[in-house]
Amino acid sequence: MSRRKTERLLGLVVCLLSTRRALTAAQIREAVPGYPDSFEAFKRMFERDKEELRELGIPLETDLASPGDEEAGYRIRRQAYELPEITLEPDEAAVLGLAARVWQRAELAGAAAGALLKLRAAGIDAEDTQTGIEPRVHTGEAAFGPLWEAVMARRPVTFAYRAAGRSGVQPRRLEPWGVVNRHGRWYVAGHDMDRDAVRVFRLSRIEGAVSFSGPPGSVVVPAGTDVRELVRDWDSDPPAYRTATLRVRTGAGHGLRRQALAERPDGGGWDTVEVSFHDIGWFCDYLASFGADVIAVDPPDLREAVIRRLKGVPQ
Amino acid sequence: MTGPGTQTGSQRLQRLLALVPYVVSRNTVGLAETAAAFGVTERELVDDLNMLWCVELRAPDPYCPIDLSYEGGEIVVSEAESIGRPLRLGTGEASALLVALRMLAEVAPAGSSALSRTIAKLEAAAGEAAAVSAQVQVQVDKGHAEDVLGQMQDAIERRRRIHLRYYVPGRDEATERDVDPMRLLVVEGRTYLEGWCRRAEGVRLFRLDRVLAMQVLDVPAAVPPEAEPVDVDEGLFRPSPQDVSVVLELRPAGHWVAEYYPCESVQRHDDELRVTLRTPDTRWVRRLALRLGEDGRVIAPADLAAQVGDDAAAALAQYASGIPGRTD
Repeated sequence: MSRRKTERLLGLVVCLLSTRRALTAAQIREAVPGYPDSFEAFKRMFERDKEELRELGIPLETDLASPGDEEAGYRIRRQAYELPEITLEPDEAAVLGLAARVWQRAELAGAAAGALLKLRAAGIDAEDTQTGIEPRVHTGEAAFGPLWEAVMARRPVTFAYRAAGRSGVQPRRLEPWGVVNRHGRWYVAGHDMDRDAVRVFRLSRIEGAVSFSGPPGSVVVPAGTDVRELVRDWDSDPPAYRTATLRVRTGAGHGLRRQALAERPDGGGWDTVEVSFHDIGWFCDYLASFGADVIAVDPPDLREAVIRRLKGVPQ
Repeated sequence: MTGPGTQTGSQRLQRLLALVPYVVSRNTVGLAETAAAFGVTERELVDDLNMLWCVELRAPDPYCPIDLSYEGGEIVVSEAESIGRPLRLGTGEASALLVALRMLAEVAPAGSSALSRTIAKLEAAAGEAAAVSAQVQVQVDKGHAEDVLGQMQDAIERRRRIHLRYYVPGRDEATERDVDPMRLLVVEGRTYLEGWCRRAEGVRLFRLDRVLAMQVLDVPAAVPPEAEPVDVDEGLFRPSPQDVSVVLELRPAGHWVAEYYPCESVQRHDDELRVTLRTPDTRWVRRLALRLGEDGRVIAPADLAAQVGDDAAAALAQYASGIPGRTD
């Protein structure tokens, strides 16, 4: 943005905030320096300026000043513009500074810094103190930025998705209800418009660009929707627990022993450990990872699954 | 598409609009302090102040709405006109802070009084802009004993050494070590203690959910001056030049490995992925390869591939010989 444009927009904001009644475009041109002489050129520039102010979140109102007036009037209501009074205690200001650091170098660093700037302008001293805890959330997935925007603006999106274990990508149309980070990974949950069902997608499996496919405000999130719950349910199987009996070499298998239901020494350098499991596919792979230190004894289907896994290891 | 952080061209206008209320709310404030708060040089700040002072409206009557001075390095705004208060928070701005604050409240339930007060105040000030923030959530894994975090915070505050019994899954080992704690990190949804490990004589990260037991010792922590904190923005696990380069070939059912571990490169050949990762210790790769079974294959180094084959053969031999350890 050029210096002249910044000066003009600054003048425009002050002018529209100061006025008690809405001003017509012609009146604005009179009052604010920096607009061109030709009325057509002015109109084009003024249109762009209005757009620019709205993008900054400045609540520029358009009203038809009075019946019979064919020209629209413009103003910024102070009440809509101004940040309400907010004061923070020192410990509150400290956690605010900490919160802003969460997004450092992530997609939302700019948004957090912008918020902090306004709060500082409201008189808050958000200290960047070291509190002994350093939180970070990364947003490495390219799809994060557009999906965050879509959730903020309640807009539907389209994207290409590569489902787990599939080689092809499929086009998806989604009304995004929310974005959730779970185990350090980002997911989007929402209404899949083609399948007419609730679906969850992992952002790292979205390929290429995410595009908006509808106007802001057109997505309605059903009341009572808990996006975190949707992602959790998608991510985990319905638990139906069974008990496994394992032989574990003494001094090994700590990860298993931590979740043991029962543990007893068997002599000869081996212990019997009982562990509950529900996903046999995951659990047999996990047991295989211990190699010769853990033997699945029971149930038989688990024992066979581990043997099958180990036989699959390329020799 | 523009994200909230990408409208660099408008940043100066946002700064100008924040500058007047910043001074007004403090009555008077130094040039140097203000420049630091806004992340600009004093020269840029003076240019901003001059631009504000020069704002002129020509109709109905010409006047200069903003009056200020910065004589002697102290800024005073005597006439702020209509921009005496900052602009309200945008949806993205309010949400960025609220999502982060709610995540922090989840990490430290004990010290959450300041957090919940701040959240309530920010929600009130943001108004409508706060409504959508609940649609974005960052979940922090628990999995550690409730008092572990509190004890660690206490040890960091009082600069006390701690003793850890710590599980290393890559080697399936429970290790005992003394650690001089530095700080807690919450990264990728997990909580870590960063500290000077006296056993390894280096800075190490300890995942809280792998702490089997801990004790705060009555010994002052002695973090040596050469202890370099981890750069959390660069990712927690940076490969070093001495690391071994491991190449794995993954069938579709093993593709999760490419998402789960930081890989140096990922290549797709039809349905197979070929990933390269660097690690100082290949023991965990052997365990990973057993877990993958036919869905993964170690391509390089060759001796690692051979070890994996031996590991599998040794495990199968146990099954073939009947149930081991039966003493009757």
